[in-house]
Amino acid sequence: MSGLIIEGVTKKFGTLTAVEDVNLEFTAGEMICFLGPSGCGKTTLLRMIAGLEEPTDGAIRFDGRDLTNVPVHKRDIGMVFQSFALFPHLSVGENITYSMRIRGHSRSEREARAKELLDMMRLPGVEDRSISQLSGGQRQRVAIARALALNPQIFLLDEPMSALDANLREAMQIELRKLQQELGITTVVVTHDQTEAMTMADEIVVMGRARVLQSGSPMDIYKKPVDKFVAGFIGTSNLFPATMAAPDRVRVGDAELSVANRAGDFATGEDVLLMTRPEEVFVRPASAERPANAVEGRVSFVRDIGATIEILVDCGGHEVISVLTPKDWPDVATGDAVTVEMPASACSVLAA
Amino acid sequence: MNGQGGTLGRVLDLVPSSVMIGVFFVVPFVLILLTSFSVETETGDYALGFSLAHFERFATWFYIERALFSAGLCALIALLSLLIAFPFTYLLTRFGPRTQTLWLIYILAQLSLSEVLIAFSWQILLSRTGGVANILVWVGLAEKSFAMAPSAGAVLAALVYLAVPFSVLLLYPAISRMDKALTEASRTLGASPLRSFFTVVIPVTRPAIISSGVTIFVLTLGAIIVPQVLGKPEHWTLSVLITDQAIFNFNMPFASALAVVLLIISASVIFAVSKFGGGRRT
Repeated sequence: MSGLIIEGVTKKFGTLTAVEDVNLEFTAGEMICFLGPSGCGKTTLLRMIAGLEEPTDGAIRFDGRDLTNVPVHKRDIGMVFQSFALFPHLSVGENITYSMRIRGHSRSEREARAKELLDMMRLPGVEDRSISQLSGGQRQRVAIARALALNPQIFLLDEPMSALDANLREAMQIELRKLQQELGITTVVVTHDQTEAMTMADEIVVMGRARVLQSGSPMDIYKKPVDKFVAGFIGTSNLFPATMAAPDRVRVGDAELSVANRAGDFATGEDVLLMTRPEEVFVRPASAERPANAVEGRVSFVRDIGATIEILVDCGGHEVISVLTPKDWPDVATGDAVTVEMPASACSVLAA
Repeated sequence: MNGQGGTLGRVLDLVPSSVMIGVFFVVPFVLILLTSFSVETETGDYALGFSLAHFERFATWFYIERALFSAGLCALIALLSLLIAFPFTYLLTRFGPRTQTLWLIYILAQLSLSEVLIAFSWQILLSRTGGVANILVWVGLAEKSFAMAPSAGAVLAALVYLAVPFSVLLLYPAISRMDKALTEASRTLGASPLRSFFTVVIPVTRPAIISSGVTIFVLTLGAIIVPQVLGKPEHWTLSVLITDQAIFNFNMPFASALAVVLLIISASVIFAVSKFGGGRRT
């Protein structure tokens, strides 16, 4: 296999285990997001791919080559740091071509490449500026250009959007993804922002407490989270305590619902969690015809923010959120008795 | 307080420091300047006047050679203490905060040692009877013990010893404030650890290196005890000669003239370095 392979990698700092027995395989040219809360080990894992940390155990391979004992400067990687780490004593152009200077490329080659990269990053003509004259967004572009100057095999980014303001962040996510697809470069991004991961990634790796909790395509993880931590970290989810009534049915209070997705094997009678996504549950007035897979409740709040409407329903002490577009508006108000339809295909069973 | 009282308030804020600088710096300096230009009276005394006689006396090869020797010695000391202090400080900033604090306290404590104490300690350390030469004999590198002082090497060693703690304290803020990601970035861009040190660490901390070097230069230019105690007369610096003229020869006008020359040397070094060496890219 020619992609990036992480094999049984563990990293310990003294008694603290930062990354524990991580096994992952990615196809070359993919964009991978390590997603998780701070302190989950995602940055340590990225730094091990870069060679800035040495794994306590395990191996990292790329394109059939074992990188584990290769020093940083011989790994053929490009990295964008959280602080961007641009060299304050060098101009923009000199920053971008630093790696070329180290490799002994001629001045004319360097100048041509700097111009080419700045054009690609839509920042033409700033070669001679100093770093202090650039805005946050411009600095990020220069940091990306610098990392790509020598066409590295692996492109690593550590929380690249955290220093940007919200509007710029969303635009840059799209731009970075387009750039990555254009270059076809194997890219690993560390982020704690699920929207960012969903926007950019081919493959998301959700991490928590030093371990990989789940990896897969963004939609896979969104639709079929393996546990309530992943479900809560990616998107909003409605969770109901439930009991397995049959291999494909759960009991929630008085109602029995059929479910299409389950994570793992559960015995009948076992306590589990029923999970649904807000945009897949539908609220109807109690007077309307009762749908098959539904629970009863009472509307506790309606939040109409124009583009979408959120209906909060209290179902026997558990709050369910339903997100609708205005055209699906069921005409209910706070205090109304309603039924909440949860189609079997939208229901997942998770370990309690 | 600051800024609230408008211009007048800000001017008043400057009064105490202005008075201090005036009384303790400007007045003595003007007195030295006047003395250095004073004329000899018939009784052998000196009176106010304008004469360049004392400066003419300086403009002989003996004194010019002493001035060049002093400047060269102090430049060498500044260079050596930076060569010792920089790697030390750089490595120190890689340790935990507790280790760093302990080392800084130790270095600060070293500053409390006076030049006199350091000079006499080194005299004993380099003596024939109680000095390091005995260790060389013991190891088998020397036949019999010998005195290492007075010598140029002894003056150099003691002054570098005196200067290193200052260098460390002057370099520490800049080096510890440097973003560690900068060296990591240069490593990911293909630089070996050594290459990264010379292309990133040194240039980024250059302003601190320069100001530390200038401070050590000016500081050791004023040292008077170490060159006398550990050096032969040919190792005496301009400062020692000034002391000699002022205290033993009672020639205050000439001592003042030498002091003015010393000040001009210091000032021109500071000026030259800040003009050409410390220039920052804009």
